Amino acid sequence: MFIAPRVADEKDWIVTDTGPWEIIIGLEVHAQVASKSKLFSGSATGYGSAPNTQVSLVDAGMPGMLPVVNEFCIEQAVKTGYGLNAKINLFSRFDRKNYFYVDLPQGYQISQFEHPIVGEGEIEILPIDGDGNVGEPVTVGIERLHLEQDAGKSVHDLSPDETYVDLNRCGVALMEIVSKPDMRTPEEASAYVEKLRGIVRALGTCDGDMEKGNLRADVNVSVRRPGGELGTRCEIKNVNSMRFIRQAINFEARRHIDIIEAGGEIDQETRLFDSVKGETRTMRSKEDAHDYRYFPDPDLLPIKLEQSFVDKIKANLPEMPDVRKARFMSDYGLPEYDARILTSDKTKADFYEVVAKGRDPKIASNWTMVEFFGALNKSGLELEDSLVSADALGCLIDRILDDTISGKIAKGVFEKMFAGEGTADEIIERDGLKQVTDMGTIEAMVDKVIADNAGQAEKAKENPKLLGFFVGQVMKASQGKANPQAVNKILREKLGL
Amino acid sequence: MAQEKSKPKNGVTAKDVKKIAKLSRLHVEADRLEPIAEDLNGILGWIEQLAEVDVEGVEPMTSAVDMAAPLRADNVSDGGKRDDVLKNAPKSDDGFFVVPRSVE
Amino acid sequence: MTDLTKMTLSGALDGMAKGEFSSVELTQAHIDACKASTKLNAFITDTHDLALEQAKASDARRASGTVGKLEGAPLGIKDLFCTEGVKTTAGSKILGDFTPTYESTVSANMKADGMVMLGKLNLDEFAMGSSNETSAFGPVINPWRKDEDLVPGGSSGGSASAVAADLCLGATATDTGGSIRQPASFTGTVGIKPTYGRCSRWGTVAFASSLDQAGPIAKTVKDSAILLESMAGYDAKDSTSINADVPDWSASCGQSVKGMRIGIPKEYAIDGMPADIQALWDQGIEWMKAAGAEIVPITLPHTKYALPAYYVVAPAEASSNLARYDGMRYGLRVDGKDLTETYELTRTEGFGDEVRRRIMIGTYVLSAGYYDAYYLRAQKVRTRIVQDFENAWETCDAILTPTAPSAAFAVGRKVSDPVQMYLNDIFTVTTNLAGLPGISVPAGLDKNGLPLGLQIIGRAMDEATVFKAAAALEDAAGFKAKPEKWWV
Repeated sequence: MFIAPRVADEKDWIVTDTGPWEIIIGLEVHAQVASKSKLFSGSATGYGSAPNTQVSLVDAGMPGMLPVVNEFCIEQAVKTGYGLNAKINLFSRFDRKNYFYVDLPQGYQISQFEHPIVGEGEIEILPIDGDGNVGEPVTVGIERLHLEQDAGKSVHDLSPDETYVDLNRCGVALMEIVSKPDMRTPEEASAYVEKLRGIVRALGTCDGDMEKGNLRADVNVSVRRPGGELGTRCEIKNVNSMRFIRQAINFEARRHIDIIEAGGEIDQETRLFDSVKGETRTMRSKEDAHDYRYFPDPDLLPIKLEQSFVDKIKANLPEMPDVRKARFMSDYGLPEYDARILTSDKTKADFYEVVAKGRDPKIASNWTMVEFFGALNKSGLELEDSLVSADALGCLIDRILDDTISGKIAKGVFEKMFAGEGTADEIIERDGLKQVTDMGTIEAMVDKVIADNAGQAEKAKENPKLLGFFVGQVMKASQGKANPQAVNKILREKLGL
Repeated sequence: MAQEKSKPKNGVTAKDVKKIAKLSRLHVEADRLEPIAEDLNGILGWIEQLAEVDVEGVEPMTSAVDMAAPLRADNVSDGGKRDDVLKNAPKSDDGFFVVPRSVE
Repeated sequence: MTDLTKMTLSGALDGMAKGEFSSVELTQAHIDACKASTKLNAFITDTHDLALEQAKASDARRASGTVGKLEGAPLGIKDLFCTEGVKTTAGSKILGDFTPTYESTVSANMKADGMVMLGKLNLDEFAMGSSNETSAFGPVINPWRKDEDLVPGGSSGGSASAVAADLCLGATATDTGGSIRQPASFTGTVGIKPTYGRCSRWGTVAFASSLDQAGPIAKTVKDSAILLESMAGYDAKDSTSINADVPDWSASCGQSVKGMRIGIPKEYAIDGMPADIQALWDQGIEWMKAAGAEIVPITLPHTKYALPAYYVVAPAEASSNLARYDGMRYGLRVDGKDLTETYELTRTEGFGDEVRRRIMIGTYVLSAGYYDAYYLRAQKVRTRIVQDFENAWETCDAILTPTAPSAAFAVGRKVSDPVQMYLNDIFTVTTNLAGLPGISVPAGLDKNGLPLGLQIIGRAMDEATVFKAAAALEDAAGFKAKPEKWWV
């Protein structure tokens, strides 16, 4: 039953002339299992191969071909189930979902209907609004997780009146994670997907790559008067970025409200999100709704897991993002904000821990989050593709802490490292950036600057703020290489401050 | 010979036949809907004797073997046989199956 | 030289072992018989040239000391088994010129054992039928002809006719509701459906996955044991395959049945059973008693519901299994104005009446609102039928019944009434639902001189007892009748 007891905060209501509305959101996320071979056949799952080269006779639905279950996929589903704090079903079963489509060779998709491998669970999310404000934590219920086959790919632009079909994806294992209708804002929905992505990546069960479609969401949206009777929902298929999820929900909620307020009724239908126009449009109406005729796949026997099998998986679970975040706060003394950002993704957290090893955790956090993540964002690179390793970033920080360079110089060095020009030491050496720490040299520079600005030096006694001006001049003269603390100290002495 | 034949209580109508045919991707001429409904009802009426069986508390049987599914290791052991896969295709081009356009 | 086609499989294997004749000679004799038998329409595809090549290769292997279980034996393969490089039709137009690039596990096992394949045998379309009249390649004619053309039974009609007419030493067949045993009964041959899971289903065109099981049709019980030993075996590519060794079943044939408890289910004495069949059944009981077996009355109370349950389960699975025949990747494609019309035209032209009828029934019983009343209930009735057998096994070791409720009937007689046709499987279908082994042994002739079979049903995985009892029955019946060769 579709029950949605939670009422959205007043600030999240959409208020129109007729009064307030709230949005009810549930998501079905499809996460591709990071397996080498397909769910029911031994063909490869890699991305970007030539058409139909990763297809077995089983995937192509040839007569007499039979499925055999991939154990690794079962393990990944169980692992993910634990990551969702969910009930693992020792008995589960594969069913056939029957419909015709050109990229569905068997004429049915093997999925799990009545007995999914994972039952109810829940995760906690922290919605963040457009200004970066963190809201109250929200618990989102997980309805179930089940395994199913992906379909093939239809290509419509190679011929004007025909469709070209590539079955490489056909049969790849997907985990469908179904949430309860527990979200009330677009931000909660994207925070939920972000959280799921963090969990599957931490577990290594799915690479979470939304661009490649390895993680994608079907979004169920309806509106109601706050706390009132539920409205009719529409399902928006295959939305593949956090931003699109928010856009699609906003558009869809507005569409529902407009229709209802104009005296119309919402048709329960399946819709598509057009990311160019930022709109949703009808894909399939209720009249065309399929009758999938689910029934247990007679080619497959039930999955019966031993308690020892799931216990072993549980015992070997990696640290989950929430646990890691708490540890980052307690062990490294990081503020909640840093800990949350750093642990939102396993690769990021792993990176940070290497940088922080044996170094000041807060400085490591700043450099990782501000400089490194900032550079990644700007360049559009994935962390895995970056030319700066965690060790290399750590060395750069070491050069700041041992006074070889100043923090300011270090930013420039980092840019060059990010551009692939070499290690921190190589760049410092090559560009002669080593900080000047020799007191005699600095004193000479200070003397020259004071001499050149004698008038200002006189005023400095009355106006100590001028110190900043002198520091700037000395640093400029040293091309930023003078040790700032030393410059400060000597200037204060010479200016009599 | 023993044979129970009666109209099923909730027999199929011509409209049902149309729906079933659509789901099955079978073409049925309009004037064949009634005769087919009658034909199917002959069989469904006979099947309805199953209602006599006491199945209270009985588990449905989905397989003739009482085993759990065997699980295979995650190895790439198949695929890479595009020519075999496409060999019997009514139409193929450049490594793809070519089929009637599936979108408007 | 004696007529080599009159030999049994075991006799022919012995003859070749003793060097009395070669596989090439044996194969040529059968090819000649096949060529003279086109009136029977037993084969859809002949592979005579291939057979001679295989026979030559077999003789060479034998000369070098390698002798497989079926070495050099010319056999027929039901056209439901995919055969690499040889067109496979499933008796349907929808597969078009489909030529598999792979070999079914069953036929691959037989090839590995030295089989010579004479061709692909005719069958009811997708094995759906009890008379072989639904084949898109025309009906098979039973060699046992009386004044008019008779059906050989179905769906393995081609296999049964070919073996009965001495066109091959044995043949593969499949049985979903009785498709091995009923045609065996109609043609005076032996046919066994083993325990579900004994023979791999990989590479065999599926009809109803939870019921389909391959087995042989042969001239004698021992021949059927030899064939099944080659066909059976664990296959990791079929999730429902049973991981167990294949016993030496031919050694069971001829062993004493003294003390074996034979169950006689009272529910199989149906209203309107022909007197000849009741008499033969009674005779069978006497034979088993005389051979030292103990006769035990048993009850299988849900027998009556087996057939209606089957006609929910089998069409349901079939409606889904046959969805892949859509004209997109292989087989027939009939172009329409758009995709939907192409699907519909292809499937409407490609499938025959009976297949379309079953697809529609299957679709209906699985559809929203009807699933519980039909499909789920049928699956529960299936459990009841299994429980019936479980109870019976407490007091008996094997069960003796008639194989079919009638002898072979005239072509065209029952096609108009599907339910009447379905009733052919009334005695055989229970073992499919329960996954048990069942064999049909020719035991006598009816008043018209047509063969009738008796069935032995055994416990799951206990084919050894089934073969033992069947061989005793065969021995007692002494069935030696052969059809007159009117077709030559």
